[in-house]
Amino acid sequence: MKHITYRELPGRSGYYGLLGALALVVLMGFGAFLFMEHHGHYVTGMNNQVVWGTPHVFAVFLIVAASGVLNMASIGSVFGKSMYKPLGRMAGLLAITLLMGGLTVLVLDLGHPDRLIVAMTHYNFKSIFAWNIFLYTGFMAIVAVYLWSMMERRMNPYSKPMGFLAFVWRLMLTTGTGSIFGFLVARQGYDAAVMAPMFIAMSFSFGLAIFLLVLRAMEGGFGWELGGMALKRYKNLLGVFIAATLYFVALMHLTNLYATEHHGVEAFILMNGGIYTFLFWVGFVLVGSLLPLGLLYHPATGGSRTWIVVASVLVLVGALALVYVIIIGGQAYPLVLFPGMEVSSSFNDGVVNSYAPSLPEVVLGVGGIALALALAMVAMRVLRFIPETMSDEAMQQYLEASKH
Amino acid sequence: MNETSEHTDLNRREFLTRSAATAGVALAPGVMLYSVAQARPADEPVSSAVRWGLLIDSNKCASGCSDCVSACERENGWGTGSTDETHSDATQKAQWIRKVEVKNTETGHAFTLPMMCQHCENPPCADVCPTGASFRRDDGIVLVDKHICIGCRYCMMACPYKARSFVHETLTDQKPYAPRGKGTVEACTLCVHRVDAGDSPACVEACTAENHNAMLFGDLNDPESPIAKTVATYATTQIRADLNLNPGVRYQGI
Repeated sequence: MKHITYRELPGRSGYYGLLGALALVVLMGFGAFLFMEHHGHYVTGMNNQVVWGTPHVFAVFLIVAASGVLNMASIGSVFGKSMYKPLGRMAGLLAITLLMGGLTVLVLDLGHPDRLIVAMTHYNFKSIFAWNIFLYTGFMAIVAVYLWSMMERRMNPYSKPMGFLAFVWRLMLTTGTGSIFGFLVARQGYDAAVMAPMFIAMSFSFGLAIFLLVLRAMEGGFGWELGGMALKRYKNLLGVFIAATLYFVALMHLTNLYATEHHGVEAFILMNGGIYTFLFWVGFVLVGSLLPLGLLYHPATGGSRTWIVVASVLVLVGALALVYVIIIGGQAYPLVLFPGMEVSSSFNDGVVNSYAPSLPEVVLGVGGIALALALAMVAMRVLRFIPETMSDEAMQQYLEASKH
Repeated sequence: MNETSEHTDLNRREFLTRSAATAGVALAPGVMLYSVAQARPADEPVSSAVRWGLLIDSNKCASGCSDCVSACERENGWGTGSTDETHSDATQKAQWIRKVEVKNTETGHAFTLPMMCQHCENPPCADVCPTGASFRRDDGIVLVDKHICIGCRYCMMACPYKARSFVHETLTDQKPYAPRGKGTVEACTLCVHRVDAGDSPACVEACTAENHNAMLFGDLNDPESPIAKTVATYATTQIRADLNLNPGVRYQGI
């Protein structure tokens, strides 16, 4: 395999079965949206204290993962690693569809989704949200051109500069997503510059875990081949990204723990926050980080495709837990109006705010994931995104060829 | 002919003089009232020469008294002042103003105060609003433009005072000057409709009418106004002053 040849997804019955199932979930998500839109947000678990709920957890998860998935392409184009190059097209495609899925959830959870056109025509340029509108649409446009440069032979010379632009843009995009929270001075759980790089580390980890699952699904689904050589590199990289995420999360909490001002919120998240403490330690740290790290690096499991899949699933479970703790836990902790004082009111001042996810919110969020996957499946059926094979033998030949 | 015309001229002069005098007498009370009430003509833009402010004396604010809250509910049509919001639970219902009880657990010292939009000079809600629906008028009043609010609720994440509410269901019996609506964010408007007409906010009026006199409204920029004189004389506090937002609502006795 001196040159990589690409192919479409084969249109077997399994393909249409899976696509149909995803379409059904998307429809259910749309139904959940119509239900919430018709009644208003009182049918959700949200309230005036926890104003961003489960849809935001899914939306942020998808948006962060979208920018992370692109990493597989960047490593090939920007850093010239041949082992990653064959997957550049798929990475670009998944980056676009995951972002679409996340944005769809975000928009459908607005109080006025019918005013999307207002958000496109009225801008307050001091708002990070307004910047993000440009970062998101710009990302899709840039990655689309990047894909074009990879897929059209005459455009190939532009794939490296486009890959570089897409890489820089994605770093800005995730910085923008992290800063949605990092710039919030009012709340104890946020207001930290480290949230931007933390979100970038999270994106690497979430994105690669999703990518590995997609690759394994293709192997199982239609006998596509991914050699152990490539897989080993990818799974080792996932381990590095898991560790990087743990590092930034630990850094944020350690910094907060040093300042007495933040002891309250830290005690809430780390010790006595009930579901949030559980999700942080068990969901994110144990299940989402330590366990997959062990599975990926332990000699007995690290070489097993099944265990790599398990580890990737666990990373995504931990990812949702972490985003839930950041978004919902950060709002559940009461605002501090009078530091050191005990406050009470009819408006839940001074008490931990309650929030329980409602069914329509969860269905809308899952619908966003299904939408992202369905869009990717359709695109992969129509255009040639998938390298013919990534068997060890083929990769060996390709690596030899690319040296010369 | 000449005589006649002189006569006519005299008469005209007399007529003009008398007319001017009559007009003056008719207009004078209006002008006087205008200067007293500081009402701004509807066709004149809001000016930053004025900074509307509110001074709340916690020493005069009784625990358990919620006259200001009830007055706001009636005036702006929320809470008990409205028959709407029947589906929303207690945590979802809007509250434009609330009484907060504060206690220092170490010393036992306790006080109470009304909390509402603090009408910051640098409002974080307006900073983060993607469409510019949240904005600050030149006279310091922070408002939400209900036509371009998309209901993203980022302002509620950004407000340090939890002053804003999101409308969780369809409403029907809104007041014409307080157009509340499903899917948008709302908060205390400092009774902008009353202030523009030369009145004080409903909460202040109610507090004064009941002789509590814990709330003082006025122009912080006018050195002769009672509120400006009071803040110049006595120590007043801004809540979360560490954020340096310079709220228009200040407190005494806390």
